[in-house]
Amino acid sequence: MRITFHGTRGSIATPGPETARYGGDTSCISVSGDDPTHLLVLDAGTGIRRLGITMGQQVQRIDLLLSHLHLDHIVGLGFFAPLFREDLVVTITAPPSSTSLLDRLGRYLSPPLFPVRLRDVACDLRLQDAQEYPVAYGEFTISAAAIIHPDNAVGYRIESHGQAMVYLPDHEPALSPAFPALRAWTSGADIAEAADLLVHDAQYAPDEYPAHLGWGHSSVLQAAAFADLVGARALALFHHDPAHDDGTVDRLAMQARAVSDRLEVFAATQGASVTLGER
Amino acid sequence: MSQQPVELILVRHLASRLAVPVFVIDPAGDLVYFNEPAEALLGRRYEEMWVMPFAEWTTAFVPSAAGRPLAPEELPLVVALRQSVPAHGRLEIVSGDGQRRNIEVTAFPIIAPGSQSRGAVAMFWESADR
Repeated sequence: MRITFHGTRGSIATPGPETARYGGDTSCISVSGDDPTHLLVLDAGTGIRRLGITMGQQVQRIDLLLSHLHLDHIVGLGFFAPLFREDLVVTITAPPSSTSLLDRLGRYLSPPLFPVRLRDVACDLRLQDAQEYPVAYGEFTISAAAIIHPDNAVGYRIESHGQAMVYLPDHEPALSPAFPALRAWTSGADIAEAADLLVHDAQYAPDEYPAHLGWGHSSVLQAAAFADLVGARALALFHHDPAHDDGTVDRLAMQARAVSDRLEVFAATQGASVTLGER
Repeated sequence: MSQQPVELILVRHLASRLAVPVFVIDPAGDLVYFNEPAEALLGRRYEEMWVMPFAEWTTAFVPSAAGRPLAPEELPLVVALRQSVPAHGRLEIVSGDGQRRNIEVTAFPIIAPGSQSRGAVAMFWESADR
């Protein structure tokens, strides 16, 4: 399972010299396996644009998993070139809601906000709800779970060949009064259990969190405490705050590493890849 | 112990901030959380990792209405869970300190997307003037 970060920034794209190393594009990750014709994509932030123009023509099927529909996670959708390839099957999976996914995405992908409607794309587009039970997506087994973040968000667990990658890009487990003492009362604990790689929200410095209580994000120390609680092997700090330059992200990653000796911690870097099973 | 659904975690978060007694039950009807004001009402401390089974909490406080004992299925919290509707009631209980107390209860079901029951929650108000 090869995991590539195409966008690691939270909230709004932040290109510029201050963010050149960790990247300024918003959330997007691709996951590939043994089958070169199949690609998983996690979220459609601005990072998905570059993925779309650099991925191989051999890909015939894309499963796009949306953690939620906040703009920084879907804003790249209209610029994802594969949507306009007739030979592709693209399935978009998103948190269930009482409003159809077509209607929810259509609020953005329709005039006057955007000139192209979802119904106008060329690919074979399919929309579906995320499921809590494990579902086979080719060689991958994927399950979803509701997690604490405003406006209906889910996290995903992706398993293949005995390895598990868990994606919780926007998550505030500290909103539980029992965090991090009690696993049973911690959002995301089941789906993240013993992940080989946990990609987790780490938007804030510890001293920034109190002013953002309830906004749906975590500090780097909370991300590390969560990873330690669920027994993750490695933690990728993700959803970097737009106000944090590369030096700040470096410092925050150092703080997170001090939380647990057994946990491998690194800050997710746009363009970098991790291969599970070979590390 | 497996993780509670996120809806119950959020309800617990809210309950922990309220000054009125709150009970939270899971889909099986077991009492999985009550807050500090409820502790005062019940005369019992909430202990982490502790679950009060349905058969225990529905009878422990000897609920009655107009002098008639109430069966578990008549309790507003149980109505909310089993019928997936809001429920309100006035009843008498015997609290943990042995005092007979008049209370009003408002309960509502916790239903997640996909119509999945996550449990139910009840808030209590003591009515000392009756």
